[in-house]
Amino acid sequence: MFSFCTDPSSLPQWQWFACYLTSATHLNFYHAFGVVLLLLAITAPAALAMGMAGALALRSRIPPLNWLGKGYVNIVRGVPDIVFFLFVPIALGQGIEWVLHQINCPDWDQPIRQGNDFIVCRDAKMPPVNSPRWVYDVYGFFMAVIAFALVFGAFVANTLYGAMRAVPQAQVETAEAYGMTQRQAFRRIILPQMWVYALPGLSNIWQILTKATPLLFLLGIQDIVYWARELGGQKTSLFTYPHPDWRVWYFLVLLCFYLTLTWASERAFARLNDKLSRGQATAAGERQRKAGS
Amino acid sequence: MRTCLESLQGYGLRALGRQYGENLLPRGLDITLCDQIFLIGSGLIWNIYFAAIAIGIGFGLATGVALAKFSQNRWINRPASAFVFIFRGSPLFIQFFFFYALFILLPRTGLEIPLGFTTLTVNTSALTTAQVGGLVVLVLNTTAYSAELFYGALRSIPKGDLEAADAYGLSGFTKFRRVVFPSMLRLAWPSYTNEAIFLTHSTTLVFLSAFPARQQSGEAFYYARYFVDQTFNPFVAYPIVAAYFVALTLAIIGIFALANLRLNRHLPRERRQRLRFRPQYIR
Repeated sequence: MFSFCTDPSSLPQWQWFACYLTSATHLNFYHAFGVVLLLLAITAPAALAMGMAGALALRSRIPPLNWLGKGYVNIVRGVPDIVFFLFVPIALGQGIEWVLHQINCPDWDQPIRQGNDFIVCRDAKMPPVNSPRWVYDVYGFFMAVIAFALVFGAFVANTLYGAMRAVPQAQVETAEAYGMTQRQAFRRIILPQMWVYALPGLSNIWQILTKATPLLFLLGIQDIVYWARELGGQKTSLFTYPHPDWRVWYFLVLLCFYLTLTWASERAFARLNDKLSRGQATAAGERQRKAGS
Repeated sequence: MRTCLESLQGYGLRALGRQYGENLLPRGLDITLCDQIFLIGSGLIWNIYFAAIAIGIGFGLATGVALAKFSQNRWINRPASAFVFIFRGSPLFIQFFFFYALFILLPRTGLEIPLGFTTLTVNTSALTTAQVGGLVVLVLNTTAYSAELFYGALRSIPKGDLEAADAYGLSGFTKFRRVVFPSMLRLAWPSYTNEAIFLTHSTTLVFLSAFPARQQSGEAFYYARYFVDQTFNPFVAYPIVAAYFVALTLAIIGIFALANLRLNRHLPRERRQRLRFRPQYIR
């Protein structure tokens, strides 16, 4: 990075650190923080969408749709979700390969499951054989996103369903008295107002989601945990920058990163809650009205 | 192929170590369904061990931390709040990594604490094992989470109860023991049940993260992952471990419901706190 970094062994302390912290592997480490934030940025809306679909299914009067919603929410919430995080990507990967196998290789005569092995033809491999490395990375990342969205969608669905029922019934009745159809009442009265009731639950789920991101490491993605272990471990003299076991410092950095993240999101949610409470028929809204006017 | 009885003999207690069963775990094509069921089942020994001891110790510590956080003295409540914030604000997964890295830095011969007249040698080598070191992390973690629950309960003890205690001349520790503590426990119990369940589920992270499994003796999920790695078939081992955990969860709910019944026995039926299961697993 810097011009004086050519021979690390002869550098004074601060220059050594300046070079060490900007080495190529460290840049990967910094990128990994971006990966975590990217995962959060993609998963949160995905889980919200999934949760909205789940909540609508739970409200639905059509029995099969209702059963589907109930089954989804209860199964996902009832089983330790670390099982889901590891199960969904593998199962989904095999499912995709199975479908591709049926399409691409209709004349394949061997069984797909041979004993314990899962065997599909070469054309059905996902991602395609001989893809560049980044394709594998992106594929793995999106498997993780799907697993996260599936698990957290169930929690969100439950929260949103409860929030929709918490909107005062009298308002819906009033809306109907004014001649709105049920659908209109849902869209104009329930949907805008439910957020204030959903917010405590959603902020909780967001905190849990943030704290679940290091599990990416288990899915074989090179995230911050992976790099902290790699970079913090004892380097021999083979490396340009040998140092003793510094894992504890790297994990301290991760710990601080997550503490800042949860602290900041707590404050953000408090402000959002204030905003959403304005003009609402709740205790917080009432307090704001008295203080403001 | 082994019969089921042989599987039970070989792997029923394998989680405790090599002395208690087969030397090696089954591999590749040698794996039978019974192997999976019994080996994963034997791993539950560790899940129960971690959960029971962490909850037992954490309960006492959490009461202390909650009282400290509730205290009006800022020298007492600030550190308690900071402790709770640190352990609730960061992922348990990272905590395991951090503490493991910390524990291996401790001198292997033991920590020497000079007391003036004599030197106390604290043996620290056990802290790098999951059985002790992992347990320490779990205890600290559950202490923080339960302390927050107890703190919330302390804040919502009915004013009338405290006034009644004052009226009867109770004060100090007697008031705490007779009025504050039982009310706090009664109010916090439903959420504390959930906390116990989440902690049990979190015990699966001990071996997944930093702490090494000596002689391949791990907990249930460790074995489930082992089988999935061996067979590349997630449709057997994961449902087995899920079923075991559902059973474990039901057992915890049952035990805590009995305690709940006793905590609420003086109240009229309609004012009793109901136990509710609200799962939110990852910590």
